[in-house]
Amino acid sequence: MNNDLIRLSAAELGAAIRAGQTSAVEATRAYLDRIAAVDGDVNAFLHVDDEVALEQARAVDARIAAGEETGPLAGVPVAHKDVFTTKDMPTTAASKILEGWRPPYDATVTERLRDAGLVILGKTNMDEFAMGSSTENSAYGPTRNPWDLDRIPGGSSGGSSAAVAAFEAPLATGTDTGGSIRQPAAVCGLVGAKPTYGGSSRYGLIAFASSLDTPGPFARNVLDAALLHEAFSGHDPRDSTSIDAPVPPVVEAARRADVAGLRIGIVREFSGEGYQAGVLQRFNEAVELLESMGAKVVEVSCPSFTTALPAYYLIAPSECSSNLARFDAMRYGLRVGDDGTRSAEEVMSLTRAEGFGPEVKRRIILGTYALSSGYYDAYYGSAQQVRTLIKRDFDAAFEHVDVLVSPTTPTTAFPLGERTDDPMAMYLADLCTIPTNLAGNAALSVPCGLAPEDGLPVGLQIMAPALADDRTYRVGAAVEAALRDAWGGELLAKNAYAV
Amino acid sequence: MQFMSAITRDEVAHLARLSRLALHEDELDQLAAQLDVIISAVAKVQEVAKGDIPPTSHALPLTNVYRPDESRPGLSPDQALAGAPAVEDGRFRVPQILGEEE
Repeated sequence: MNNDLIRLSAAELGAAIRAGQTSAVEATRAYLDRIAAVDGDVNAFLHVDDEVALEQARAVDARIAAGEETGPLAGVPVAHKDVFTTKDMPTTAASKILEGWRPPYDATVTERLRDAGLVILGKTNMDEFAMGSSTENSAYGPTRNPWDLDRIPGGSSGGSSAAVAAFEAPLATGTDTGGSIRQPAAVCGLVGAKPTYGGSSRYGLIAFASSLDTPGPFARNVLDAALLHEAFSGHDPRDSTSIDAPVPPVVEAARRADVAGLRIGIVREFSGEGYQAGVLQRFNEAVELLESMGAKVVEVSCPSFTTALPAYYLIAPSECSSNLARFDAMRYGLRVGDDGTRSAEEVMSLTRAEGFGPEVKRRIILGTYALSSGYYDAYYGSAQQVRTLIKRDFDAAFEHVDVLVSPTTPTTAFPLGERTDDPMAMYLADLCTIPTNLAGNAALSVPCGLAPEDGLPVGLQIMAPALADDRTYRVGAAVEAALRDAWGGELLAKNAYAV
Repeated sequence: MQFMSAITRDEVAHLARLSRLALHEDELDQLAAQLDVIISAVAKVQEVAKGDIPPTSHALPLTNVYRPDESRPGLSPDQALAGAPAVEDGRFRVPQILGEEE
């Protein structure tokens, strides 16, 4: 196994491949070996096909050999969340209803990874249809956190976060609907970003809640995350809600990494009861660090944020109940009970009952309830009004500050099984991340240390206005650089699966 | 005051029918209890939502756009049918949709 290659950052690996010091094939082999060695413990991947990955790598090496102008990540392997369609690999969204399904087309994000020369190693585990905060809702078994195999890797993009934390991939894709990139990044000690809504394409992304779903990157450091962000983002005419504007200068911001004169607001509502002491301690230290680097820190109140979680658990299930109606057992996916005597409607109901897991059923029923006549105004309608209030709170805050900060999650990674029978407790994992999704702006989580009481990673969340994604990278990179000096190296090197 | 549940088991059964989910009896019991807790918690939105606040259904002020109406290649019939549970004569084969009398 070539640990020297695996230890390189994505930016360094890409540079080494371009300089001819190594190749896409060698890098891909190193990571495939690593996956074979550790994924039995971690279960980050749902599908890995060595030959398909190596074939992509050979093609990239040929492009480089032919003198093609390739980007900074050409030849670098990536783990791809199983919610994006891929025509050369199965796509299941971790659901039984799509077991073995091979889509006839690539998602835009998939296509752009290929165009940038990234090598897709395989598809990562997730909560079924991206509904969950622990990856325990996967129909194919839970993923484990490399920091402690008895704990959750976060969710819904938990396979992606675990893969990067266990050095099974230098980069991974995710999707963030209520925190599904930032929360797993935080609890696995990684960088994860939720781009501005509409900044990355939803075409070919299996829909959960269409007004919230946002593809974004995972990486071991801020610059790598920015490079991946840049590689797959930008306007897509095939997505009706894609923004026709240039990708914010995230790579430049990650390299700049200074916060002198920047105005930073601490969200007062994301503190106190329900927050782990060690999480708040590391968060406060990070804020002091930013202040010592020349940022101007003030406290900001966003009173509507306390109602974001209830609003989200009406809006997201409502959209999901509509989106998942497409799984009807007729054109693709599972079909159960078609014995020649049953009607299409009976076959549909049996298939959906068998193909969907408990959390997906719970959200379909909840969404159907919230959209029912008689309840619509009280639930869905009120939730949409709360969404307006949250946007107003952000707008008011960003008149005085450049970014807002909070802990990414109230607690560190919790033990597997702890919250599976208590949906409301599970939902609380997304308490701090949800407002950004409801308002559609940009946010990033960067590691800010280990909680003293359990030795597990804590994430600092940085929130910026829509299309100001670069500010989150700038602040994240500054925190990362300062903490790297303080720790004497990478935080991730302290986890059990570091190489 | 007697505790009023936000959602009953019969309501869950009705919603399951609307959602085309053939749920088992024990699933209905479990869901009714869980949804009761969840709905009581999310009902908090009603306390802050006031009449004069406009709703937001979407984060961006986008209007719909149309691409030029030009023909371009799509999926072949074989590609479109490749993932189908059942195929007959180059078409999706589905269970009976209309009643016998129709």
